[in-house]
Formats: sequence, structure tokens, C-alpha cells
Amino acid sequence: MATTDAGHSATADHSADSHGHDHDHPSYLAHHFDTPEQQFDSGKLGMWIFLVTEVLFFSGMFCAYAIYRSWRPDVFEGCSQFLNTKLGAINTGVLLFSSFTMAWAVRASQLEQHKKTAALIASTLCCAMIFLGVKAIEYSHKWTMGLLPAGLFTYDPSNPHPVGGPNYLAYICAPFAVATVGIFIWLVVSFLRGAKFQFECAKPILVVFLCFFVGVGLGTILESGGSESHGTEHAAHVEGGEHDSHAEGEHAGEGEHAAESHEQEAATEETAEAAPTEAIAGLVAPGTMVSSDNELDVIKRLAADTTNTGLQGELAARQAQNDMANGAITYHVYDDVSATVAAAEENVMRKSRAGVFFSIYYCMTGVHAIHILAGIGVLIWLLVRALRQDFNKNYFGPVDYVGLYWHLVDLIWIYLFPLMYLIR
Amino acid sequence: MSVGSVPAGYEVKDPGYPTPEENYLTNSRGLLTWVFTLDHKRIGVMYLVGVSLAFLIAGLLALGIRLHLFAPDGWLFNNEFFKWLAPDKAPNDIYNQVFTLHGAIMVFLFIIPSIPAALGNFLVPVMLGAKDVAFPRLNLSSFFLWVAGAVFFVMALLASGLDTGWTFYTPYSTTTDTSVILATSGAFILGFSSIFTGLNFIVTINTMRPPGMTWFRMPLFLWATYSTSIIQVLATPVLGITLLLLIAERTMHIGIFDPEYNGDPVTYQHFFWFYSHPAVYIMILPAFGVISELISVHSHKRIFGYRFIAYSSIAIALLGFLVWGHHMFTAGMGSMTTIIFSALTFTVSVPSAIKVFNWLATMYKGAITMTTPMCYAIAFIFLFTIGGLTGLHLGTLATDMHLHDTYFVVAHFHYVMVGGTLVAFLGAVFHWWPKMFGRMYNELGGQISAVIVFLGFNLTFLPQFVLGSRGMPRRYATYDPEFAGLHAMSTWGALLLGIGLLVALVVLLVSLVKGKKAPANPWGAATLEWACTSPPPFYNFERPPVVGDPYEFGDIQWDAASERYVKIEPKRETVPSEKPAESPAHAGE
Repeated sequence: MATTDAGHSATADHSADSHGHDHDHPSYLAHHFDTPEQQFDSGKLGMWIFLVTEVLFFSGMFCAYAIYRSWRPDVFEGCSQFLNTKLGAINTGVLLFSSFTMAWAVRASQLEQHKKTAALIASTLCCAMIFLGVKAIEYSHKWTMGLLPAGLFTYDPSNPHPVGGPNYLAYICAPFAVATVGIFIWLVVSFLRGAKFQFECAKPILVVFLCFFVGVGLGTILESGGSESHGTEHAAHVEGGEHDSHAEGEHAGEGEHAAESHEQEAATEETAEAAPTEAIAGLVAPGTMVSSDNELDVIKRLAADTTNTGLQGELAARQAQNDMANGAITYHVYDDVSATVAAAEENVMRKSRAGVFFSIYYCMTGVHAIHILAGIGVLIWLLVRALRQDFNKNYFGPVDYVGLYWHLVDLIWIYLFPLMYLIR
Repeated sequence: MSVGSVPAGYEVKDPGYPTPEENYLTNSRGLLTWVFTLDHKRIGVMYLVGVSLAFLIAGLLALGIRLHLFAPDGWLFNNEFFKWLAPDKAPNDIYNQVFTLHGAIMVFLFIIPSIPAALGNFLVPVMLGAKDVAFPRLNLSSFFLWVAGAVFFVMALLASGLDTGWTFYTPYSTTTDTSVILATSGAFILGFSSIFTGLNFIVTINTMRPPGMTWFRMPLFLWATYSTSIIQVLATPVLGITLLLLIAERTMHIGIFDPEYNGDPVTYQHFFWFYSHPAVYIMILPAFGVISELISVHSHKRIFGYRFIAYSSIAIALLGFLVWGHHMFTAGMGSMTTIIFSALTFTVSVPSAIKVFNWLATMYKGAITMTTPMCYAIAFIFLFTIGGLTGLHLGTLATDMHLHDTYFVVAHFHYVMVGGTLVAFLGAVFHWWPKMFGRMYNELGGQISAVIVFLGFNLTFLPQFVLGSRGMPRRYATYDPEFAGLHAMSTWGALLLGIGLLVALVVLLVSLVKGKKAPANPWGAATLEWACTSPPPFYNFERPPVVGDPYEFGDIQWDAASERYVKIEPKRETVPSEKPAESPAHAGE
């Protein structure tokens, strides 16, 4: 190991002055280290261990994803249709490119190419901001539709795009807008006061923050490209998973139910796109009770896991509801039952299983986005240090460590994208 | 070997470290120099004060539990005073909150950081011969994270308490109106404190070892700390995400753990125990390390089976990850799963037993001095053995069905956590106290405290094995009159245990004022921390230490003339000045 060798050679200088504040200690070498190599190795090992903890941190959520996907495959198949693959793919590309610029920045700092290092770190930051901008479009669009975590899930297939709700996009953009204005003021003030270094720092940081709005614009363009037709398709799909759509009524497929329904959706996609939203929404609205044997099969399969008492209750409610539809029980005889069933039905609508998919989606992508934000903070610190030309061929540890962190954040997204957006 | 004078044909080899004028306690003054210190020794001392305060609070809560259980219908919290203190709470509600906070504070604020963070911080770099840990600023920040976590727990205590049990099981934890979010946020923050400490120690031990300090020359305390750190780094993040999801479940009903929203509570239990079972080894492994040091030093005999003890620490750390399911035998996991978990649970007993046998073999024919630390160490071996063996009853499926969630479980884990970790912690504090503060305590007082703690502990928890096997469920505020006698015994025992701990505290505090000045090596130990002065100077070693065998006591001898332990070497007939000064690079080869 490099450390041991370094330790041997360092001991000679070290014993000259045991207090650690050797005069030959370079300014970047902390007092308790003997050599730059020892410092670098320590930092690198520490960073790798930190990354291990990060992987384990995410592993809890990957585990939850695997468990709930295996229990409710049709819910996951249906709900993943709500995610916009185009936006996800763009973000994947943006992050991959940012990892490339980051890796290059590490190399440039080793070669003491100070300007290039700073420029590459700034490009990485720009990509991170574009990623967040696109993410803002994705999130705000879903929130408007009520596609929220289970407890807040309000999506109504008969009215997938309710109007008059809060403008979530504005809320997300507001802090970034404030920050951008603040940095612009900083830029102007530092220019007027002739603070050269501050001006040099403010310039790239302003560009970085403007990139957030580039991301928002990019997201808006891509989203509006296929938004409406997607919306309808989604509506039909989630109903396929949730309430058994009109089309699947005829399909009594047992195991292949999901696959078949998907084919059916694909086949009818052309017509569905052309048809007005209201028509399809009307067919699958919660008011129209479309309960059938097929639907019960799905629910029974989901309820097979006896650990889930919530589903057992739902199953009972659906059974009673089915009985009513078949005339097995009538309203006027079983007043209490009908009231119970109505209440249960309302609960089922609110506590939709689709919500669990979105819970996991928001937890995973949200925690990932928090990591992006943290990365942005650290990268800005790194950018300032690069502009100050702190790094040289003996001291480039911080660039290397932040690079490792950034690659991990990228890597997690590489897993999230197919798991959430692509697997159908 | 321990008592006597320098034998004929040998001479004193004084390492000749000059006594520095300043030590780490006096080299800078003022509160701020402590708050912003990057010195691992000061951070260790701050941790020691912090965890002791946490232990005091949680210990008082424990006394509250025992006093309430003094009578079948409850005693303490039925008092008018509590009606005045908390008018809207029934006595049983208060009881629920008290046992929950007792558990949560003991686990998260005391036991987990006690030996690794407080003593580990002080000892790891010094034992290793390094100037500091690899990341001193990270070290300080993990202490402040501990403080922040403690503040959250105090806020939870003052806001509306906590009554979920320290495990925060769903679905109750998502519906109770007590301060679950405050407490889980506290535990989340404390998790990061623990991760950073573990990360720091792993890197320190890997990259900061001075020349000559090979892996197998490390004191066993460092091996134990290393294994503990592995668990801290690998298990704690999972607790972090679990608690985060629990907070999200409470605030947004994400439906992952809450059955009302299609979630699954058993998933929560799996997630929780995936951390919390390894966490049990975070609590006990450092104690193993301490006992390895104490037994060897106070028996003045080389540790028996060094490599076996070292490897068994790593084995326990790794096996600890495979046995979490034994907390859930009755949760409905399926018979095959429970059988596998049960079988894996038994494998942990092998490395644990290896350690106990090795300690006993070390004591055999050793020159045992019954100092205070040794009294605690022997108490540890006795109590931990009972705790470990009763664990096998609980790992056995058939008996666990009967014993699950009874006082048997309570007694079992208290024998491991208190009889094991707390007793080892006390032993360690008494052992390293002279090094930390440069003062000797009253030996007789220390021994008396060890005896009272031992008796009080057994009086408290032995009856609980009987209670549990007769069917007394844990966590109940009231009980059938048939259990009254054993419960009363347990309560008297708790009071006695409290007195013993108080005696220990008084002995230690008095020593700060009245104690004799401690020599560099009061016990005749061979590890590096005893090579520097007591208390150590700011940079630990005035000159790089000579790394030798940590368990070679043959050349350490009590010198009656100077009343201290000295290193001796055979008298040399030749002119000694010919031999060049030992270069640290070749030291100990």
C-alpha cells in the first residue's frame, strides 16, 4: 500500500520535529498527516466508505420497490405509464454527460489546467441544474394531476387535468429564481466594487443557475409535445390496473391479464389518442361500476398476501359491491351494508394502490434529487476553489472525492430510470 | 511478576519521555477551545460527559419503571404528584412513555456511543500511535450531531413524550399522537453521528498506523473497534432510510408500512431489525475489546489466542447481519424462514464463546491483581455468559414461542447490555481514568462500587428470568398479584444497582480533586497509550512511539524504589552507546 511506503520515508523528516507543524508541511497538508499520499489515501478510503453508506441508504428503498412490485405487478405496470419516458431519457443523458465532464475535471486538476478544471466543474453544475429543471416539470405536472403519495393521492380518471389548483411549478421555481436574482446582484456589486475574484466566481455561478430555467424550458417543450394524448392513455391504463377498464371487461385472461391488457392498450392507442378525453374518462369514471369476475380475480390475487389487512377489507367491500350489482343483496334490505360499502368504496378511491407506486417513486427520485442538490452545493464550493487555483498535481483530493460522489448519484439514477420508467 | 523489584541481571530501561509542561487538558483554556476543538481526546471527554448525562436521565427513567412496578396495580405513577405534573395522562400512559424513553435514550444516546465514541475517540489514535483520527473535523461534527440528536430526544420528552417502545413499530407509531417525528428525527441524526464515527475509525486504522504497527500488533480493543465500525457503516444507513420512510408515512401516508394505505407493517420490522440487530453488536463488540485489554493487563499475562479473539470480532460483525429475523419469530414470516434465522442465530454463539474461553485461559495461571477494572471485567464475564446463554433459549424456535415478549427477553438483553456493555464501560472508565485525567482514584471505593453493581444487577434481573418463564409479559404497567414478590425483589435490586453506580461516580469525581497524580503506566500495561504521559500531551507522543508487542509483559516490572512500572532489559556488559538510537522505522521488528 502506498501509505506504508510514504510513512517510512516521512518518518525521517518527522522525527526532526515531533510537533507536527513541520516547516516542510505544505499548506494543504493537515497537521496529523505525514505525507500528501497518506492524506489522499485517507480521504479516498473515507469517500468510498461514505459511498457504501449511501448505497445502503438507497438499498432500503430499492428493497421496498422490489417487495411492492412483486406483490402488485399490475399496479406498477399501469402506474409507470404515467411517467414520461422522454423526460426521463433526457435526464439520463444529461447526467451521463455531467459524469463525463466531472471525470475530465479530475484529470484536468491533476494536470494543473486550472481554467479547464473550473470550466468542466461549471459544466457539471449546469447539467445538474438542467436535470433539476426537467424534474420540476415532471413533478409539478404530476402534482397537478393529483398523482401523489398514497395518503394524498387525488387522481380522478374522469378529470385527469383539474384546473384551478395551485401552480406547483411556480412554487418549485421560486427559490431558484430568488437565488438567480441574488447572484445577479452579487455579480453587479462585485463588478462595481472591483472585487475581481468575486466577479470571476459570480459569472459561472449565474450561468449555472440560469441552466435551471433551461431545464424547465426543455421539459416544457418535451412535455407539451405529447402531454394530452399521454394523459388519456394514462387514464385508461391506471384504470386497467385499478378498476378494470372497459376494454378488459371482455378479456377474462387470468395470469396473462396484465400483458394482454397492455397489448390491448397499445392496439387502441391510435384511436384513444383521437378520441376526446371525456369519452374515455366517462367510460371508466368511478361512478360506473364495472365490477366483474375478472376484477375480483385481480383483487383476490393481490389480497393473497394475508399480511395486508388493508387489502382484505377492500376485498370484502368489493365482494359486497359485486353482490349488490348482481342483485344478491339489495339496498332497501341492507341499508347498513350499503352505507358501509359506500364508505369503503370511498376509502378505496382515496387510498388507491396506485398511491403506493407514487410513494415509492417520490421517495426514490426525491431522495435522489436531494443528493443532486447536495452535490450542487459541494460542486459550487469546488468551483470557487478551482477558480482560486487551489489544486495541483500533489493536491487534487477534493476534486477526486466530489467526482466519486457525483458518479454515484449518476449511477443511482441509471438504476432508477429503467426501474421506474422503462420496465412495463 | 506484578509485585517486586528489578531482578538481578536486569536494569531499568527508561523510555525517557520528558514530562511535557502542558497536556491536552491544559494546553488551551476556555469553553470555546473545547467546543471547537479538533483534538480527539477532548472530543472523547466531551462524549464521555454527554453519554454519562444521557445515562443519568435514562437510568432515572429506569428507576421510575421499577418503582411503578413495585405493586401489582402500579405504584409510583399513581402518585398525586404525577396527576399534577401531567393532568391529562393516566398513570399507565406515563408508564408507557417512561419505558419507551428509557429504551430509546439508553440505546441511541448511551449504549451505542458509550464505548466506541467516548472511549474509542480517546483511545484509538493513542493506542495506534497516531496523532489524531484521520478526519478531525468530521469527528467534531459527529459529536455535534450527537448533541443535536440528544436535543431532539429532549424535545420529544418535553413535547408529548413517546409511547411506541424504542422500536417505533408500525402501525401504532403512525397513529399515536405522541412525538414520534421528533424522536425518529433524533434517531436519524444520531445514526449519522454513529456512521461518521465508524467511518473515521476505519480510515484511521487503515491509513494512520505508524511504521511497525501491523494488523496483528494492534491491541484487541482496536480490532473490536474496527469490527464495530464496519457494522456502524453498513447497518446504520438502513435505519436512516427506515426512519425517514416512517416520518414520511406519518406525514404523508406513503403506504409502505401503514396497512390502512396498503402498506405492510412486517416490512417495517424487517427494515428496522436489519439495522437494530447488528446494532446489538455495535453495543457489545467494543465491550469485548475492553475486556480483552482489562483481563490481559490485570492478569499480567499475554492474551490467550490473540488471532482467535481478533477474527471472532470480525466474524460476529459479519454474522450479525444474517440473524435479524430472530426478533420476528412470532410476526408470521413462514416456517422455513424462521428455521433458517434460528439456525443462523446459533452460529453467533461460536465466536462469542471463543472469546469467553480465551479470557478464562488468559486468567489461568496469571498474576491476577483484583484492581477495580479487573473486578468489573470478571463481573462482565459472569454476567455476559448468562446473557449469552439465555440468548440461545430465545434463538430456539420452540422456546421462543413461549418466551417471546416476556420478561425473559427483558432479562436476557439486560444481562448483555447492562451486565455486558455497561459493566465493561465502567471497567474501561476505571482502567483508563488515570490516563484521561491524570489522577488515581480510591481503589477500595472502586472495588466496593463493582461489588454493589454486581449484586444489585443480579438482584434486579435474575428474578425477571423467572417472571418471564412464568408468563409475565414485558411492557405491562400492571400485573397479577402472583408476580408481586419477584417484581418487588427486582425493584429493590434496581435501587441497589443505582447506589452502586452512584458510588462509582463519587469515587471518580472525588479522584479529580483528591486523587494522587497518576504515573504514565499505573497498571503495567504494554499498549501504546501507557507509553505517553498521563494525561497525554496534545500531540499524544513527544516523539514517535516504539511499537512493540501489545501483550508482552515480560519486560515490564514494578519498581519498588520509584513506585511505578518500568520497562527492564538485561544488563549489557558492552558499551551501550555503540548501539544507535532505535529508529522508529525499524521499531519493534
